[in-house]
Amino acid sequence: MIEMINVSKAYPKGVQALTNINFKIEKGDFVFLVGPSGAGKSTFLKLLLKEEDPTTGTIYVGDKDVTKLSNRKIPYLRRTIGVVFQDFRLLPNKTVFENVAFAMEIIEASSKEIRRQVPMILGMVGLSDRASQYPHQLSGGERQRVSIARAIVNNPAVLIADEPTGNLDPDTAWEIMKVLRQINRRGTTVLMATHAKDIVDIMQQRVIALEKGRVVRDQQRGAYGYED
Amino acid sequence: MKIRTVNYMLRQGITGLWRNKNMSLASIGSVAAALVILGLVIILVLNINNVADLAQMQFDTIQVYLKEDISQGQIAEIGDSILRINDVSNIEFESKEQALLNMKERWGDKGYLLDTLEENPLPNSYIIYLNSLDRADFVVVELSKIDGIDEIKYYKEIIDNMLRIASFIRTIGLALIMILVLIAMFIISNTIKLALNARKQEINIMKYVGATNWFIRWPFILEGVVLGLLGAVIALAITYYGYSYAYNAIARKFTVVFSAYLMPVSEMMNTTVVMFAVLGSGVGAIGSIVSLRKHLKV
Repeated sequence: MIEMINVSKAYPKGVQALTNINFKIEKGDFVFLVGPSGAGKSTFLKLLLKEEDPTTGTIYVGDKDVTKLSNRKIPYLRRTIGVVFQDFRLLPNKTVFENVAFAMEIIEASSKEIRRQVPMILGMVGLSDRASQYPHQLSGGERQRVSIARAIVNNPAVLIADEPTGNLDPDTAWEIMKVLRQINRRGTTVLMATHAKDIVDIMQQRVIALEKGRVVRDQQRGAYGYED
Repeated sequence: MKIRTVNYMLRQGITGLWRNKNMSLASIGSVAAALVILGLVIILVLNINNVADLAQMQFDTIQVYLKEDISQGQIAEIGDSILRINDVSNIEFESKEQALLNMKERWGDKGYLLDTLEENPLPNSYIIYLNSLDRADFVVVELSKIDGIDEIKYYKEIIDNMLRIASFIRTIGLALIMILVLIAMFIISNTIKLALNARKQEINIMKYVGATNWFIRWPFILEGVVLGLLGAVIALAITYYGYSYAYNAIARKFTVVFSAYLMPVSEMMNTTVVMFAVLGSGVGAIGSIVSLRKHLKV
């Protein structure tokens, strides 16, 4: 599903962000990506979305070699990957429904599909009764659920979550984890970069630990393993 | 592209335009200014060319007006002298009565105005056909030696002068328009930059959700085109009313003779509408594309 083979990334200024990364994530996996700040997690995610190209190595997302993808094909790669950010990135002047529908509009889904799909996804993340509200009327957890709904509304094969609980209190964070787990059970591969030790420890999922741009640990049913 | 998408993009474009009203107005104004100048140049150049064309029909002939107080015999003599000049192939006598009739005919439905004349002010004349146009200058020199000729109507010089003025106006005008068009493009590209900034977050999300580059670009290009077209509409209105006003004023003040030489308003507008629309939208599109290239990494 997702595979990196001998991937290294050096930025022009001479920063070696990633060195010789090798791993494989199967379809339906739930994977935590952990490591201290500056370990290369952001670069890692950027490579998957082809925001950056690796200096060397090969990356597969689905059956496509991302490194060989032409720029014109990037949008179609990104349609197979949903992204959730720490800061939600909702559009403040659109309602919950419109924020989610937006993701469908820009891939030119029909309004019939939108009217069918959006309420279903909002139901999945438990926001059916919030559809007509604006982001500022929602709590942090609700906002993050909207952003998750937006990320999965086009049925991507992979969901990338970049510290999705970073701005949330522990209880709310667990709400979000439940939603992510549920999405994962439906067959979506979930890759979550996080600093939340207790979440990683309790969830007992696969953990890939990065340090100074290298994979230092890749463990099925792992723990966070840092004391930070 | 689906119709829904086109609608979406138009809506986005118009919203952007509305969001930065001041910059939008500046853009529209600058396009309008450039196009009004263009309109002025078009009006001048086309009219001069028009007059030159009309004059050119008489170009291959020289007309000499004869003095009033000469006898029939003298008239015939003058004709003989003219025919003796080298390079004159043929001459034709036009009596003052015939000249008046011809003028009436040229004036068309305004011809009745001439009936009020108490006496015929037109002179007797000879129309001289040349073997070759190049010899016109020589023939004119010879003609001036003949007695009884009041005036030599010789169009070559006038036409040359008019064409020279037209090309001068065209050159200066085009340079001016180029500068104004560049300014308009610059202002439009700045307006689009603001629109881009206002929608930064949206564009960021669009990229992550997999919007194609053109899907992201089109609303901004449309916004630029709409700005350009609005400028063109304003310029068109100013040019149209301005020219109609001038046309009528000239017709009133100088009688129909002058306005007969002017391009009719409708014919003028046929040319300008197309030109303004193409230039306006072109300037807008290019302005926004410049901005997108610089400020939108897709």
